Amino acid sequence: MSEETATLTLTVNGEQVTRTVRVRQNLVDFLREELGFTGSHVGCEHGICGACSVRMDGTVVRGCLTLAVQCEGAEIVTIEGLTDTGEIADLQDRFVERNAMQCGFCTPGMQMTAAELLAQKEEMDRADIREFMSGNYCRCTGYHAIIDAIESVNNARLKG
Amino acid sequence: MSYIHPYDRPNSYIGRNLSRTRAKRAVAGRGRYTDDITPPRCLHAAFVRSPYAHAKITRIDTEAARAAQGVRLVMTGAELAEMCTGPWVGTLTVFDNMKAEPQYPMAVDRACWHGEPVVMVVADTRAQAEDAGELVEIDYEELPVVIDKEKALAPGTPAIHPNLGDNKAWEKDAVTGDVDKAFAEADHVLEETFYFGRHTAVSLESRVLLAEFDPGTERLTIHTSSQCPHMIETVFARTLGIPEHNVRLVAPDVGGSFGLKIHTFGDEVATTAASIKLGRPVKFIADRLESFGSDIHARENRVRAKIGVMNDGRLTAVDFDVLGGAGAYSQYPRTSVFEANQIMNITFGPYKHEHFRSKATVVYLNAVPTSQYRAVGHPIGISVGEFMMDWAAEVTGVDVFDIRRMNVMEDDGYPRKIGTGIPMKDLSHQACLEKLRTLMDYEALRHEQAELRKQGIYRGIGIAGFIKGTAPGPEGYYGAGGARIASQDATTVKLEPNGGVHVCLGVTDQGQGVDTVMEQIAAAALGVPVEQVRAISGDTDAVPYGGGTYASRATAIGGEATYQAALDLRREILEMASKLLQCSPDTLDIVDGNVVDAGSEQERISLAEIGRIGHFQLGELPRGYQPVLSHTRRFRLEGLPYIFTNGIHGAYLEVDVDTGWIKHLKHWVVEDCGRIINPQLADEQVRGGCVQGLGGAFYEHCIYDENGQLQNGTMADYITPMAGEMPDIEVAHVETPTSESELGAKGAGESGTGAAPGVVMNAVNDAIRPLTKGRVTEQPMTPEVVLRALGKV
Repeated sequence: MSEETATLTLTVNGEQVTRTVRVRQNLVDFLREELGFTGSHVGCEHGICGACSVRMDGTVVRGCLTLAVQCEGAEIVTIEGLTDTGEIADLQDRFVERNAMQCGFCTPGMQMTAAELLAQKEEMDRADIREFMSGNYCRCTGYHAIIDAIESVNNARLKG
Repeated sequence: MSYIHPYDRPNSYIGRNLSRTRAKRAVAGRGRYTDDITPPRCLHAAFVRSPYAHAKITRIDTEAARAAQGVRLVMTGAELAEMCTGPWVGTLTVFDNMKAEPQYPMAVDRACWHGEPVVMVVADTRAQAEDAGELVEIDYEELPVVIDKEKALAPGTPAIHPNLGDNKAWEKDAVTGDVDKAFAEADHVLEETFYFGRHTAVSLESRVLLAEFDPGTERLTIHTSSQCPHMIETVFARTLGIPEHNVRLVAPDVGGSFGLKIHTFGDEVATTAASIKLGRPVKFIADRLESFGSDIHARENRVRAKIGVMNDGRLTAVDFDVLGGAGAYSQYPRTSVFEANQIMNITFGPYKHEHFRSKATVVYLNAVPTSQYRAVGHPIGISVGEFMMDWAAEVTGVDVFDIRRMNVMEDDGYPRKIGTGIPMKDLSHQACLEKLRTLMDYEALRHEQAELRKQGIYRGIGIAGFIKGTAPGPEGYYGAGGARIASQDATTVKLEPNGGVHVCLGVTDQGQGVDTVMEQIAAAALGVPVEQVRAISGDTDAVPYGGGTYASRATAIGGEATYQAALDLRREILEMASKLLQCSPDTLDIVDGNVVDAGSEQERISLAEIGRIGHFQLGELPRGYQPVLSHTRRFRLEGLPYIFTNGIHGAYLEVDVDTGWIKHLKHWVVEDCGRIINPQLADEQVRGGCVQGLGGAFYEHCIYDENGQLQNGTMADYITPMAGEMPDIEVAHVETPTSESELGAKGAGESGTGAAPGVVMNAVNDAIRPLTKGRVTEQPMTPEVVLRALGKV
């Protein structure tokens, strides 16, 4: 019984990569196991918790519900790439200051989604932010500190 | 000039918010969790699990699986049992008359719960191991299933483990005073029955273990997501017959734990056995489905409560009966009866127990074994006790604050005992009550509630006081109970040659910020900048033997050990400096990493210079003087089973009386965890704990059908709280340092979880009170439960 494979070429964190993958391998396992981007985490394997969130062609997707072979030609950004570009340096600093994470397992996915929120450049109150972030589960913080951090960065950016 | 206590020094690190270094790497995706570590030639384990809740295993055929691509090992439960020194028996001597069936890491000839591991497959990849698992043929002969705790002891119900005679695991009762007389004399006697569903921890990082046995050195190295490295090391070593000193256990970053990761699991032992057998690294990660079916469960209890109350609101008698539904085995080595025992201890805990009776019974069920999960027993006991207090307020017409003011133990009335005989001291119920009333602006809330009711909007206000057992001592359960679980803890504080300080901890950090707190304590005690201090935890090769982090003990127990060890190092540094400077150590102090003249703070010699001389230039020291520069202290609680904390929650929520939907609007906490080292970290422990409790109160439930089949094994079906449905949580403190240590810290990690379910149950009942005589007495409080209380379904 040999597994079916496919060869794909895509861009991950700005670099082009070509790999032969098992067709059943999902994106988050591909990123973690083949490329070593372990910042994306596997939480529920069911598209619920958001720990595996990565950016695919500009939109946040679930790495556990996306197959690697769907990513032919795609541009993928993980937390490692997002950190390197400095796009969310203010958010990351605020997360640290506000202690908006405890175990840190949800944090990369949480920031991928928060980056999308911040990119909208819209005024949002706490309830709006809570709603926007509801696809990312955190079991440690109770969310209050996360909402504080995102709210203050969003407000600061809007003020310019 | 005399020594200034670290708390009183200007800019002390005690009581200051400092950020966690681990947080800085987590935000960049640079956390290092066990699954992020994959050594060369690593293999992967997967498990074939019982599809039945109770079945005899009559045949296992592994031939096809062994021949499958990439498979390196297939091991049955019987084969694994041969590698074990013996079965586990989950009893502790402190639990009189407790019965437990011996248990092997995987089912040998009988599976006793849906999800119990039966066969392990180890292959080059996890996918190959899972594929081959599907080729394992197992014949089962179904056996009768016991899943309803109410029927577990009924005549005619078969014993799950015939050797035990029946399904009773343990029973205990306690009585103080003349309870029957007090009930006879009470103006009101109130009785209610409560039901609490099964929950599980749902750490976002599931259980994961990487075992590496080196046949050359016979060293076994285990990386695992654990709260208690030494305990796990001890249990695995003894189970598999490896000398403990040949085992190294490393807990890297831990992605959530909540008590789940203080336990030992059969699939993890099997993975370790595979590494020993193959001489190669083997990794196992529980997928989410197998997490729901094999992580410990908790909370399944029925409680019947009865109180006697006088017309003026005085509580005169308490009687309650706990029935706990454990799983198929008692979880080794911490047992499955702690929860019921803790409910006995803490229910009505804030109040004076003159006439008190309680009873607990725990029964075995064909379900996942239960054991300690964050705030063991407290969510149940607090929900029950505080419901009854609110009911007493209702029948006597006394306000909910006033009835608690009348009945709590007075702040100046310690030491005293609660009904089960456990001593209480250093508590502050009265101060917390008054602080909460102001914090939540109670009068204004009552006014708003009344106004909104006129518009058909039903909001409820709840309050719930609590006591919380933290930082258990060796005279309580584990040490005295016979389990090899340390309730002492130890810290080694060392001065490095550059003047840096290593703080090696027996306690561990799963994101609470334990490392940072310990760095703050050591820096304050020593008198050095915190940047000069580095905590090291979670590696049994690098730290002294300790218990790890469970039962809100890290700061209370480990913190005191750190504090004392740092003071020992401080004394030695001053002694060495006095020899170099030819003065008395009493004239010296340490400030900002320098030895200075006490008082004037004139700099005399830096710690870097002390480190250099102490490690390299020892010839500058007098003959006969040998510096150590490394100090270990241990700390244990003496004469008490726990350091109790206390506090009170407030909640304001809205009930949609047509749909039963609850919108939680605001949550307040006033708690007393003694001396606070890092206020932000303490607050975040409280907030996170609250939401974990709220999840259990509103949504979470491991649902079994009558055949013992777990019905909800995904996070789509087992609901944990999302950001959108949780409220902001305001936290305040009363600080009464414990008199049990110099540091004065008590535990802070669990009280949020303990009291949150009770306060929202009270608030829901307050909301629906004008509409119905029905009450919500069941958790999770699903819309159906609320509508039933409203008489609508």
